[in-house]
Amino acid sequence: MSKIGVFICHCGENINATVDCARVAKTAGELEGVEYSIDYKYMCSDPGQTLIKQAIKEKGLTGVVVGSCSPRMHEPTFRKACQEAGLNPFMCEMANLREHCSWVHDKNEATTQKAIDLVRTLVEKVKLNKPLYSIKVPVTKTALVIGGGIAGIQASLDIANAGHQVILVEKDPSIGGHMSQLSETFPTLDCSQCILTPRMVEVAQHPNIKLLTYAELEKLEGSIGNFKATIRKKAKSIDENLCNGCGTCTTKCPTKKIPSEFNTGLGTRTAIYVPFPQAVPNKPVIDKENCSYYQKGKCKVCEKVCPTGAIRFDQEDELVEIEVGAVVIATGFNIMQPSEFPEYGYGKYKDVITGLQFERLASASGPTLGEIRRPSDGKIPEKIVFVACAGSRDPAKGIPYCSKICCMYTAKHAMLYQHKVHHGKSYIFYMDIRAAGKNYEEFVRRAIVDDEVNYIRGRVSKIYEENGKLIVRGVDTLLNAKPVEIEADMVVLASAAIANPGAEELAQKMHVSYDSYHFFSEAHPKLKPVETNTAGIFLAGACQAPKDIPETVSQASGAASKAIILFSKDELSRDPLIAVVNRSPAPVFSTCVGCFMCASACPYQAIGEELITNRQGKVIKKVAKVNPGLCQGCGTCVAFCRSKSIDIQGYSNEQMCAEVVALLNND
Amino acid sequence: MTEFEPKIIAFVCNWCTYAGADLTGTSRIKYAQNVKIVRFPCTGRIDFMLLLKSFGEGADGIIVSGCHPNDCHYTSGNFHARRRWIMFRGLLDMLGIDVRRIQYSWVSAAEGAKWADIVNSTVNTIRELGPYTEYEKVAGYLEKEAKQ
Repeated sequence: MSKIGVFICHCGENINATVDCARVAKTAGELEGVEYSIDYKYMCSDPGQTLIKQAIKEKGLTGVVVGSCSPRMHEPTFRKACQEAGLNPFMCEMANLREHCSWVHDKNEATTQKAIDLVRTLVEKVKLNKPLYSIKVPVTKTALVIGGGIAGIQASLDIANAGHQVILVEKDPSIGGHMSQLSETFPTLDCSQCILTPRMVEVAQHPNIKLLTYAELEKLEGSIGNFKATIRKKAKSIDENLCNGCGTCTTKCPTKKIPSEFNTGLGTRTAIYVPFPQAVPNKPVIDKENCSYYQKGKCKVCEKVCPTGAIRFDQEDELVEIEVGAVVIATGFNIMQPSEFPEYGYGKYKDVITGLQFERLASASGPTLGEIRRPSDGKIPEKIVFVACAGSRDPAKGIPYCSKICCMYTAKHAMLYQHKVHHGKSYIFYMDIRAAGKNYEEFVRRAIVDDEVNYIRGRVSKIYEENGKLIVRGVDTLLNAKPVEIEADMVVLASAAIANPGAEELAQKMHVSYDSYHFFSEAHPKLKPVETNTAGIFLAGACQAPKDIPETVSQASGAASKAIILFSKDELSRDPLIAVVNRSPAPVFSTCVGCFMCASACPYQAIGEELITNRQGKVIKKVAKVNPGLCQGCGTCVAFCRSKSIDIQGYSNEQMCAEVVALLNND
Repeated sequence: MTEFEPKIIAFVCNWCTYAGADLTGTSRIKYAQNVKIVRFPCTGRIDFMLLLKSFGEGADGIIVSGCHPNDCHYTSGNFHARRRWIMFRGLLDMLGIDVRRIQYSWVSAAEGAKWADIVNSTVNTIRELGPYTEYEKVAGYLEKEAKQ
């Protein structure tokens, strides 16, 4: 039999001014199952809480209803008070007599009656409350970071510096990502590699970071605190322990004409290669697709010249299983291939290049050693045209969003060009200049005023070749939409930043959601920008949306701190207001019929399968099972369940029904 | 005869509409006493059988309200609720329930004034529609059937 205590708060005069609190308490005291009821001036004050604690102890209360302010305000206060008096905190409910009653109604009989109704409703609910206990989940204090660009590097260093283990997985032979390809960075024009490479070395030497390059995530199972990841280490065809990175193999390899990925096709590399001189780890891999030995069965030059005998042609992919507590996704972005724009002639004309290719041209370590020379004949271009928004903000190309970084890097490109080719002329076709960021607008102004870059507001309709010149046809919308034609020597397209080609597949492997552009979705657009919908998996950098370096680094540190917070305790403690699938004695076991409608409704992939077996191990029934580490307690599954087998603790079907009945039967 | 005072029950989600109704309170915006709130974690949790149960228990009108689309605390619960509502709405006619008796709306945590408007307009609508008696008719008919 329930022994409920009802405590009505006057909240000074906030409630008592319009609600007859004494009468609410008296009427509540007459309800069935109510053992004790009282009204008091300030229930949340120390004496008020003592009143509740004493009543719990003296009257042996089994449930408490506090009629006061909103539970969003003081529910934790009163639950804590109950706990201190030895009552399970989840046996305490609050009736909202202030925000939902006294403050919104005038003083009259109906207002007091409504207060009585609200209290009665919660009394009926609390009768059906069950003691609940926080869910404890042990935590593996190792983080998996996927992607070794600046985001992954920053997140790894932060987590490792906090004293936790990190496994950094990079799909390419070296970490560094897109940032290592950049020449100088806006708005300071400091050299990208100069600020990045020390970080890369720090990662390689950090005792808490285990670096797995040329590796990819194969599978991810488990949940927050206890993931099990399978990593595929692609065969590098070298023994990393023996290789000392001398580079003899890469100079002697006879297959030399492979377009270099790092130099965006503007340079070449060999079949056994290190992507770039400052690569970390600075050890080569064999590109099997292009290696003569793998393709034709002959060559083995690298093996002959290797002084340490590190070449292993028979090496195979290796699968490693690791246990981690948190995952940071930092897989970065890609750029749209502007070959999708036949009007710009990319691919057709050698001197129409992308922004990333221009970065390589301007980079001191690039194929031209930092001189701006056009790819077709190596001449220095006298006139150069930059086309902003090549793909971005163009719903017709499927990219309605702004790529965010192009305005700034295009200004930077024009500036770098002007610094290197003093007599040259540069033009930028733009839609809008979006330079929101610290010192960004000033940077663009500098390009316009100091470096005399010509900004033309309008779009380019066509680029074609005539007499060895690239004719760029566009419009200047600020000059009465007058058509403009520029004879350029080179054209640079600021092509859109897009999601990585494998993003969708990766998201499905990890059960995180992604948007229609295949960027990973954050858990909440404003308040949870680094979390994903799957607890324990965090996002860093441009895999979530296009971002510049400072933003990427901030987000990476944010994601790292989320992982560190997770690792700060040995056990995770979570609110037990989660869904559970019922269990009953044999031969029923559960009323669940295994339709898994719940699983399809769950936004958190928290519902899995459980096989019920007999003593012989034969499967009798397949039922749903909620993973308490993943369930967030929304209850969508409960409303979906056709057999009413899944229920949510604290908002059960029985409780909600009791509330409805109690609320409406007030005569 | 005193004026008909409709009984209206509101099913709201904890994160948007419940908080919005709290804001109505802190802003001291007055509204009719007829509406009483039941708190759910999410509109996705609302089993629409509870709406029928409410009519069976004597409700004259119902408000269902949660986060605006795309604002759901649980990402997609409100979309599930909306889909469920679209299905359910089609059945109301068959069940003999006037669709105007159910007010389905979005109220965010910042829309305290909107909550008061919704409450008042729903109370007015239900006042015009009069008490919900169809269920009693059916219940009476069933009772008679049972006796025979």
